[in-house]
Amino acid sequence: MNGYLTYVAKRFGQFLFVVFTGVTLAFLIAHFSPVDPIEQTVSLLTNFGSTDPRTVEILRQSLRELYGTDGSLLDQYLTFWGRVIRGDFGPSLSAFPTPVMTIISRALPWTVGLLTLATIISWIIGNTLGAIAGYFRNNRTMKVVGVLVMAMQPIPTYITGLTLVIVFGFLWPILPISGGAQLNLDPAMTWTYIQSVITHGTLPALTLVLVGMGGWFIAMRSLVSNIVTDDYVVYAELGGVPSRTIFSQYVARNAMLPQVTGLALSLGNVFGGAVIVEFIFNYPGIGKLMVAGIYAGDYSLVLGVTTISIIAVAAAVFLIDILYPLIDPRVKLG
Amino acid sequence: MFKVLFDLLRYNREFLLGTLLILIILALIACSFFAPYGENDIYVVIPDMPPSAEYWLGTNSRGQEIFWQLAISMRNTLMFGIVVAAISRVIAIVVGLVSGYIGGRTDQIIMAINDTLGALPNIPILLLLVFVLRDQMTWPVLALTAALLGWTHDSRLIRSVALSLRTREFTRHAAFSGMRTGQILFREHLPYVMPIVFFTTMNNLIWAIGLEVTLSILGFSDINRPTIGGMIYWANAHSAMVAGIWWWIAVPMIFVVILFLGLFLLAMSVNEYIDPRSRLARMGA
Repeated sequence: MNGYLTYVAKRFGQFLFVVFTGVTLAFLIAHFSPVDPIEQTVSLLTNFGSTDPRTVEILRQSLRELYGTDGSLLDQYLTFWGRVIRGDFGPSLSAFPTPVMTIISRALPWTVGLLTLATIISWIIGNTLGAIAGYFRNNRTMKVVGVLVMAMQPIPTYITGLTLVIVFGFLWPILPISGGAQLNLDPAMTWTYIQSVITHGTLPALTLVLVGMGGWFIAMRSLVSNIVTDDYVVYAELGGVPSRTIFSQYVARNAMLPQVTGLALSLGNVFGGAVIVEFIFNYPGIGKLMVAGIYAGDYSLVLGVTTISIIAVAAAVFLIDILYPLIDPRVKLG
Repeated sequence: MFKVLFDLLRYNREFLLGTLLILIILALIACSFFAPYGENDIYVVIPDMPPSAEYWLGTNSRGQEIFWQLAISMRNTLMFGIVVAAISRVIAIVVGLVSGYIGGRTDQIIMAINDTLGALPNIPILLLLVFVLRDQMTWPVLALTAALLGWTHDSRLIRSVALSLRTREFTRHAAFSGMRTGQILFREHLPYVMPIVFFTTMNNLIWAIGLEVTLSILGFSDINRPTIGGMIYWANAHSAMVAGIWWWIAVPMIFVVILFLGLFLLAMSVNEYIDPRSRLARMGA
């Protein structure tokens, strides 16, 4: 158990280091940019009408306070950390005066829900097909399936997504191609609302599944086809163990462990968002939020989304890291 | 090296197909040097013409011939990918070899930094950078940024090979005969990691080009420089799908798929070549 504690402590150190680096990086990018966020915002807002010089000056003052551009660089850096720790990135400029954190916390469940589900589904399908293809290596059907799945793998997300939009949105319009749920429905635990969420999520999720499946398939197939030639499998075959048992108990089981690690790692990344998928399907997650923030020139929103996703991804990876040795005894606690 | 490639061409169907697909792309890029129009010329041909004998791949609403746009865009896009891959390969090789060879404390520190960088989510950081740089975000800047983000996983792979080379007899011989560390890494160890470098280059190219396409489609790159993503961006901006000018959006999509499939098949077959077990399986052992 002592070994496990040292392991957790080490991982925690790594986690802190990642968060520190990420937040510092976000700060540096934001502050060494040639663009002055305050002047940019002022000009953006004055474009919308209010050009009274006094109002502009007040606005400028409050923005300066908001961005913490007063004081030395170190002061600003510490102020930024203070904001990160309090989880306060100020009000969003494009949706003034809603705080950035409120907007992010509204978007995050969509992204996390969609990506978690899509990751798990693609993992299950990819691994199942991969295991079968690896076990029945000389089966003609599985070879064709393999070629099809693998041909899907390198196709960019955008193209898969757009193809699905064309097929299910225009040619055979059976699924909604935009939004997270029907707009005139109140978010509630009613069946109509849930149904709406599911139908709206189907195409984005399908895109992610199609894109992600190939990687799992390839990895699983090569794992299984390596195990199939191992001595204990050959021995079991010679001993007359039914091939169904060999497949499920001897081969698939042993190939699962590295794939479970892979699943864990990619689950850690669900907070990073799927920008392009959310963009294509107009899905209300953090990816789309960030793109919208960039279009609107919403400085605090973009900085907030970046920082939050860095911390969320790091935290998720850390959690998975410390849980993992409890599942897989082969992980070295060094 | 050439013998290996020749053998792969002869015995590996994936490698052959991948090479053919990449040759199509290279032929297209060769065409781009003979383009009759400048890359940013607009309204030089009749807009919105479907593919025909005169306009092979049709024309778009901006009055450009799609074939020539495609050729130039492909050149720019591939150029971007190659620059990213080249820079990040150098970093990955140096980090991987040094870390694996020296080992001990240095290795631990380097790998801690490596893993930290690898754990940072790329897209949000890139988007933040794109946001603050705006018009200053030219393609060399973007390429450099992407290169700095895209090497951590590959340096770990290279390190794992370097670790095993470190204890081998020839390394000790080289060290005793007075070769400097740099020489050992460059002359003795580098050839052993070349297959991995080749394999990861293909993957890195796919990643970098995908990144460029993504950012361009969102309108976050230099839209005056024709690229594959840029073509799709302009097609979207003119609602090509709704207007029924499908070839405008279909052509770049098809060709980026050809490019990706080609690179992917090359990476796959080389990976198979590196892994001797699957090679044995292919031979029927």
